[in-house]
Amino acid sequence: MTVEMILHHHIASVEKLALTTSGCPLVIQCKNFRIVHFIVPRERDCHDIYNSLLQLSKQAKYEDLYAFSYNPKQNDSERLRGWQLIDLAEEYKRMGVPNSNWQLSDANREYKICETYPRELYVPRIASKPIIVGSSKFRSKGRFPVLSYYHREKEAAVCRCSQPLSGFSARCLEDEHLLQAISKANPVNRYMYVMDTRPKLNAMANRAAGKGYENEDNYSNIRFQFVGIENIHVMRSSLQKLLEVNGTKGLSVNDFYSGLESSGWLRHIKAVMDAAIFLTKAIMIENASVLVHCSDGWDRTSQVCSLGSLLLDSFYRTIRGFMVLIEKDWISFGHKFSERCGHLDSDPKEVSPVFTQFLECVWHLTEQFPQAFEFNEAFLLQIHEHIYSCQFGNFLGNCQKEREELKLKEKTYSLWPFLLDDQKKYLNPLYSPKSQAVAVLEPNTVSFNFKFWRNMYHQFDRTLHPRQSVFNIIMNMNEQNKQLENDIKDLESKIKQHKNKQTDGVLTKELLHSVRPESPTLKTSLCFKEQTLLPVNDALRTIEGSNPADNRYSEYAEEFSKSEPAVVSLEYGVARMTC
Amino acid sequence: MPATQSLKKRKIVSASCDSGTSCPAGVASCPASSCPFRSPRSPRLKLLESALLLGPRPTAGGMEFSELIRTGRAQAELLRGPGAPPLRGTLCVTGHHLLLSPGPQATSDLWLLLLRSVDSIEKRVAGDSGTITLRCKDLRVLQLDIEGVEATLDIARSIEALSSLESVITSFPFFYRPKGLRLGDAWHFHPPEHYYKRVARETNAWRLSEVNEDFSVCPSYPRAVIVPRAVDDDALARSARFRQGGRFPVLSYHHAPSGTVLLRSSQPLTGPQKRRCAEDEELLRAVLAGARPGARGFIVDTRSAQAAKQARMTGGGTEAKAAYPGWKRLHRPMERGRPLQESFVRLVEACGDLEQSMDRWLSRLEGCRWLAHVKEALSTACLAAQGMEREGACILVHGAEGTDSTLLVTSLAQLILDPLSRTMTGFQELVEREWIQAGHPFQLRCAHSAFSHARPKHEAPTFLLFLDCVWQLGRQFPLSLEFGEGLLLALFEHAYASPFGTFLCNSEKERCLCEVRTRTHSLWSGLNQPKEQRKLRNPLYVLNPLAIWPSVEPQSLRLWQGLFLRWTRPPEPSEAAWEKVWQIVTDKEKTEGSQPTVSASEPQP
Repeated sequence: MTVEMILHHHIASVEKLALTTSGCPLVIQCKNFRIVHFIVPRERDCHDIYNSLLQLSKQAKYEDLYAFSYNPKQNDSERLRGWQLIDLAEEYKRMGVPNSNWQLSDANREYKICETYPRELYVPRIASKPIIVGSSKFRSKGRFPVLSYYHREKEAAVCRCSQPLSGFSARCLEDEHLLQAISKANPVNRYMYVMDTRPKLNAMANRAAGKGYENEDNYSNIRFQFVGIENIHVMRSSLQKLLEVNGTKGLSVNDFYSGLESSGWLRHIKAVMDAAIFLTKAIMIENASVLVHCSDGWDRTSQVCSLGSLLLDSFYRTIRGFMVLIEKDWISFGHKFSERCGHLDSDPKEVSPVFTQFLECVWHLTEQFPQAFEFNEAFLLQIHEHIYSCQFGNFLGNCQKEREELKLKEKTYSLWPFLLDDQKKYLNPLYSPKSQAVAVLEPNTVSFNFKFWRNMYHQFDRTLHPRQSVFNIIMNMNEQNKQLENDIKDLESKIKQHKNKQTDGVLTKELLHSVRPESPTLKTSLCFKEQTLLPVNDALRTIEGSNPADNRYSEYAEEFSKSEPAVVSLEYGVARMTC
Repeated sequence: MPATQSLKKRKIVSASCDSGTSCPAGVASCPASSCPFRSPRSPRLKLLESALLLGPRPTAGGMEFSELIRTGRAQAELLRGPGAPPLRGTLCVTGHHLLLSPGPQATSDLWLLLLRSVDSIEKRVAGDSGTITLRCKDLRVLQLDIEGVEATLDIARSIEALSSLESVITSFPFFYRPKGLRLGDAWHFHPPEHYYKRVARETNAWRLSEVNEDFSVCPSYPRAVIVPRAVDDDALARSARFRQGGRFPVLSYHHAPSGTVLLRSSQPLTGPQKRRCAEDEELLRAVLAGARPGARGFIVDTRSAQAAKQARMTGGGTEAKAAYPGWKRLHRPMERGRPLQESFVRLVEACGDLEQSMDRWLSRLEGCRWLAHVKEALSTACLAAQGMEREGACILVHGAEGTDSTLLVTSLAQLILDPLSRTMTGFQELVEREWIQAGHPFQLRCAHSAFSHARPKHEAPTFLLFLDCVWQLGRQFPLSLEFGEGLLLALFEHAYASPFGTFLCNSEKERCLCEVRTRTHSLWSGLNQPKEQRKLRNPLYVLNPLAIWPSVEPQSLRLWQGLFLRWTRPPEPSEAAWEKVWQIVTDKEKTEGSQPTVSASEPQP
């Protein structure tokens, strides 16, 4: 019997169902899309469990979250080294900034201009501090245009900000200057794109509230473009609908597809992807810089900037590069992880699967370009697991300032070193970094390229195949190849050594002994033995050959008095919990 | 693509032949006709023979191909969709092929298309040139831009006439003589005796009956069938008279671990009077008696209870409970015939639209119901397999004719239960035994694919549905099938249009009359050539001795993009990835293989 563990922080909702003859059913829905059914024999116990879980899953303060008590038995310096693993200054250097056109600004060093931005921001060299300060006053939450990604070869920039406070007619000269400075920082192309990632209607409605979007007439050399990604509330209810469809028992094919359609989930995924492609094309084809914003510039803007960077730069498609990308465009630029993931007992209207959508877009890219990514699906799923787990400090809080106040680097651990230690699990065996064809990804967003991500939304449902990843098997074969090759080299050098000794005429017993244990047959059988722990073996076979009772096509139960063996399936079956 | 091979490698048999002869020269030069089935030629068979030779359209057989070719050649440009560069050159129509030969400076080979694989043709003229759009049975869409209006119209008419010839023995397989293959090779890979040998090793309750040796008991069964030992040939013949098309219950698969069997037949002819047949009842009784003691039986009817009842009005029906003690009926309605064909057509239509919105695509995917058919087929097969493996019951599957959904269920159930059928040869044997020899009317069902404007008469993509289900199994159990998507795609292509004779005709009887087995090449010998293996095999295969129970949840079933979107998306990334998998796997074999050489060079003390 295995013990199933569910983190309290993963609990999204607990529901007590009507009493049955066998006990009181308790359904726990998790944020990682796991659904667990319990039957508690006594109703009183059930009620107690229900209440405890409700309390435990909703914490009032950060200090009560798991990360503050999680102790992986590391000392302070190890922990600190973990936090230093990803260095954004190093990353900007890699991109090629600062340079003659872009510089590091100290305007926000004390979080005086914008509380939700990081301390270190890169801006055009010709943009003076008064211009920056002026522009920040004209932007929602003070989030003025700053550099997100610099394309060294094209000398074009991806910048990000929030919506301007333009209302119906307001202007801001400093803001206009700053945008001009951004387009001037591109020596090749004088015009730049301003991408408003919202649907046009939403942006127009914002004008009534004194916000809105850039008026093309007021800014020289900008090309304005709406790309129509829906807001966090639409996304939240879309996912809710998707989960409802998936939770239906005995779902028919038609209900599944009509549910998938009416949830709109894949349409939203496609919209995010299309926006990133628009950005990529502006840079690659037109050599133009792009400024991206939405309302506050921390949800859709993060999605589009990060996904665009991923398409443009193969570094972000490596394991470490992907960590850097998340640190840069999501964590440092103030994507409100704690609110969006509901880490604390706060406003449920702030919860939204914005980051999940980003991961899903990346998954779609890995499906279309199986050789372009160093990491595999498990890596994405693991990151998704941890944005909710609150086990590590990376995703706690809503912006850098808040994280500093929480002293996360002193009190909690960073996730990244733990993922790197486990790197083997997350490697894509088909990755071929040298292939020049995949330098810039050009995904095809024809509707039928978007598929339901079964392994995300049914990760924990044992009854839905395939349960094993082909990639793991290939990975192991690859490993085995390497090991065998090393063995061969090893043996060959030993033989050479041996032969040399032989020609010297010294053949001692010790020497023979030193060769013997390394004899190839022994070594091979050894590594095969190790291999048997991994997929190509009997243990795996029992996984592949499955139980028909897992699946719902049986009609015999009613035909025979003999009843079906009890099914313990996490999602639909019944697990007993004795108290 | 077997249909578009380089001409440089082989000579095409000329399509023209002496006028007046009823069969082309190519055929006359074939080895003397001898039927491998030793069937005596009754006068009735002779009659049918002449009908087949001439084909349903009397003009086609005796006519020279040259009469159908209006224009020999024209200058044209060929557009082959995304990923393939356009080709320019001289277009030429022959009896069986459309050729495009690039100019002398071009580096590419001759381009060749089997006319039989053209499903629909559309012509447009503007100014002094024209455009022909060819939609192929393998779902490819080709566009030809041709110089000259007359030439365009003539070529279109020629293609139209030649691609729809219905005569079997003037079809290309009778002319196809590839290098490296010998006629008659591989035909005897899977005769009924072959499977019977295996059954006989497992149980002695069954025998091989030659009651149908001259195809007179059941025209759609092979010469030999496996039946209960306790039932004699006379009883079989009488049972056959009680079943539609003479398809009496025969063994499809013996499941040794549980000692149960899978049978198939057609519907009993109970009719409105609820007729009974003692020999038919005796046959099913003998089945239970020969299985493990105390075994019960299930009849899986692939029609709804209501449809089965209605069939009585037209002379059909279903087994009455009282007449077959120990047997119970289960109804699992499965779509067949025209609705299935329409579903296929609508899916292909939806897959051709690159501009549609996400919502439109999902609603069309739902509306075409194709994946619902996949789910139905898989879950009915699972039901049959589960009845044998888990409940220890014998299973008889039938619908009405017993040549379509019945075969779908029995063949899939075997794949689920039988590890041997998941090997390369085992699967080929399964297709041969459960589809070709079992009398699935390929010629009728696969006359047209999804593009034809003609109203479907007998067309239905039952075999494609089978291949799709196998693909789903392969996706859910990535290590358990020895063959890969490549084999399934090849079978789809060849079932609809092929230079090989394997899928010709509707039954063994017809194949025998047309001497398909002696005068055409077998697809299996074509596929089993070493050079084809990398495309067809699954590099990750490891023998899995267990049953593989697929998930039939809609979340687990996926659209078979490799088939339905094969020509609309650039194939490079996935093909490159496949190549990489092969590299890793063969690398593994290489390093493993090189071990002994190292040990051999180890100095001996």
